[in-house]
Amino acid sequence: MLKAFMARLRQGYRTGTFPDTPPVLPERFIGRPEVFPEKVNDEARKICPVGAVSEQGKIDLGRCIFCGKCAQVCPEGIKFTSEYRLGAFSHEALEVPGMEPWQESSNPELRKLCGKSFKIRQVSAGGCAACELDFNVLNTLAWDIGRFGIQVVASPRHADALLVTGPVSDNMRLALEKTYNAMPKPSFVIAGGACAVSGGLYRDGTTAGGVESILPVDMFVPGCPPHPAVMLETLLRLIAYR
Amino acid sequence: MKNFLKISNGSAFKLDSLPILPFADFRQTLIDSTGSEKVRVAALFPMELNNQTLLTAILIDSADHCLRCGAAVTARSYPALTPEAPVFHWFERELFERYGITPETHPWLKPIRKADGEYFTMTGDAVNEVAVGPVHAGVIEPGHFRFQCMGEKVYSLEISLGYQSRGVEKLLEGPLSSRTMPLFETAAGDSAAAAATGAATLIEALSGIVPSMGAQQLRAIMIELERVANHTGDLGALAGDVAYLPTASFCGRIRGEYLNMTAEICGNRFGRNCIIPGGIRYEVDEKRRQKLLDWMKKVNAELKHALDLMFDSPTVLDRFENTGTVPLDVASSIGLVGVAARASGMDMDIRHELPCGFYKESAPEKVPGGKGDVLSRAKVRYDEIFASLDFIEKNLRNHEISAPVGGQLPELQSDSMAVAVTEAWRGELCQIMITGNNGNIIQSRIVDPSFHNWFGLAMALRDEEISNFPICNKSFNLSYCGHDL
Repeated sequence: MLKAFMARLRQGYRTGTFPDTPPVLPERFIGRPEVFPEKVNDEARKICPVGAVSEQGKIDLGRCIFCGKCAQVCPEGIKFTSEYRLGAFSHEALEVPGMEPWQESSNPELRKLCGKSFKIRQVSAGGCAACELDFNVLNTLAWDIGRFGIQVVASPRHADALLVTGPVSDNMRLALEKTYNAMPKPSFVIAGGACAVSGGLYRDGTTAGGVESILPVDMFVPGCPPHPAVMLETLLRLIAYR
Repeated sequence: MKNFLKISNGSAFKLDSLPILPFADFRQTLIDSTGSEKVRVAALFPMELNNQTLLTAILIDSADHCLRCGAAVTARSYPALTPEAPVFHWFERELFERYGITPETHPWLKPIRKADGEYFTMTGDAVNEVAVGPVHAGVIEPGHFRFQCMGEKVYSLEISLGYQSRGVEKLLEGPLSSRTMPLFETAAGDSAAAAATGAATLIEALSGIVPSMGAQQLRAIMIELERVANHTGDLGALAGDVAYLPTASFCGRIRGEYLNMTAEICGNRFGRNCIIPGGIRYEVDEKRRQKLLDWMKKVNAELKHALDLMFDSPTVLDRFENTGTVPLDVASSIGLVGVAARASGMDMDIRHELPCGFYKESAPEKVPGGKGDVLSRAKVRYDEIFASLDFIEKNLRNHEISAPVGGQLPELQSDSMAVAVTEAWRGELCQIMITGNNGNIIQSRIVDPSFHNWFGLAMALRDEEISNFPICNKSFNLSYCGHDL
């Protein structure tokens, strides 16, 4: 016991200072791009592995896996920044150029009911496990989401929201629907990561191509996988935490 | 095995040099040569060639430090290998499910990627059945576990997978494209560096590109960082499952530090979109190298402290020791690989047996094995962490800074097959790419280490208390998506 106590002293207090200060992101972090549609060339469209660059030269962040290859071949039309406020409450706000998603307000009913206590049931449906791993990180002492009244629960009966990761594989569709139906209403849905938002790399696979074709979605979190800071920032905006 | 083609790890060969054996010889060779760590099955799959279906096998020949490849024309059914060589049991179930090829007399041809509702059951007044999943209690991938118990004791565990199936191998078919590498990387998203290195090796072998030594070194550093991060997370999770919270909390945070070091190299915590055919997209310059070295020095000490605390706690050791044991003979007969195999006393590590890329120059020290229980699997991971950290530090210090490369996709040579086996953090990952007459990819195979090891977890639970399932499971921590593809 004494050893564990001493160890705690030695390891120290390690919870990050976000949201009071901006999160610490790697220098090479690829965040929201700046896009100049008239300058976006065919090369950029062709190199995108997920078809996120449209004919009109816009980028759909819901599809984007943030590999940055389009900016490599089209530096004059696309420039990635380290802007991490990527999450949106409507599919339209995922398009760049377009409205800045942080200007958008979230579902007022959700804010009223869940602003102080938000319980999330997560279902993994055909992804690659990276979204789950980086969401789990929010539960470690480095991020400690319990501070904000956000908690991950085991039973859908206790949950306010369902966080879906993965493109919804055909084999998981029934289990996902059953989980959603087991939640007390009103219930809310979060699509976490490119696969859940749009099918990502797996939209042409044996999947539903994203959760939106099955359930109504209240919050979209881009990324492959979303950085923990991206997920947390969007969650805090969703519940209007201050 | 002399009748099989000998190839080196990470190389390509023309399909017309693939030896096509009489089926009986092919079958006998597979039965006679496998069953110990000396010769292991990397892959068994059908391939369409010249209007014939060839059953193709890739073996790992540890003594000769090479891969062996052979094939035979197969009918829609053939006498199964499994009754005589159980290491093939999962592969043959896959053959039956995916291709409708029937290995006759296989004892249990149940699909491995589709829950069909039929399970092994026991009858009797005292028997109780426990069903878990596919949606589990935590934030984790889906799978279904069916326990047959008498009270607390588990007689049998059946693991039903396939919920993560999304068609990775099918999506890889067609011309080499900008989607090819991300698909390989996301087959099992927590092993992206190893998968990308293997996939880049395949493409390089099929196009004759040779990446610079510095780029290969950086790939190995990223694979080892991935190993350290995952082992750290799993040891923390093991601590959490026996309610030893100090190590659980510390490791949860420290795992993130290693992921952030990977992100320092390429911007992505999982090392995505960095390793590409021809080299690496990012450069680790002098300043970055020094930053990583200083950072690691600090974090490594914190990690050692957090882990030693756990391994010094009698209550933890008591829970780990003699729990979930997979003895050596069982491990060899079912063909375990990687951490789990080494913990059961099998001597295997691709980085030493069939080194590819930078591992030909240098590899982390081998670690001692164990007796197959949770404690052994935990200790193997502990030792591997520090072996890898030594390797990373040494190689960062003498890192040959290599210029980043662009993403030009090469032409692949036609009618060829390339095979790469990489020691990912769970164990050996086999990737295969086969091209057609126009250089397009006509078939890709991914055999994740979890494909070999899921049955090992089922064996670990035999005669075990059901309450020990979580620590048995965490000690393996297998990939659902890597298996399901």
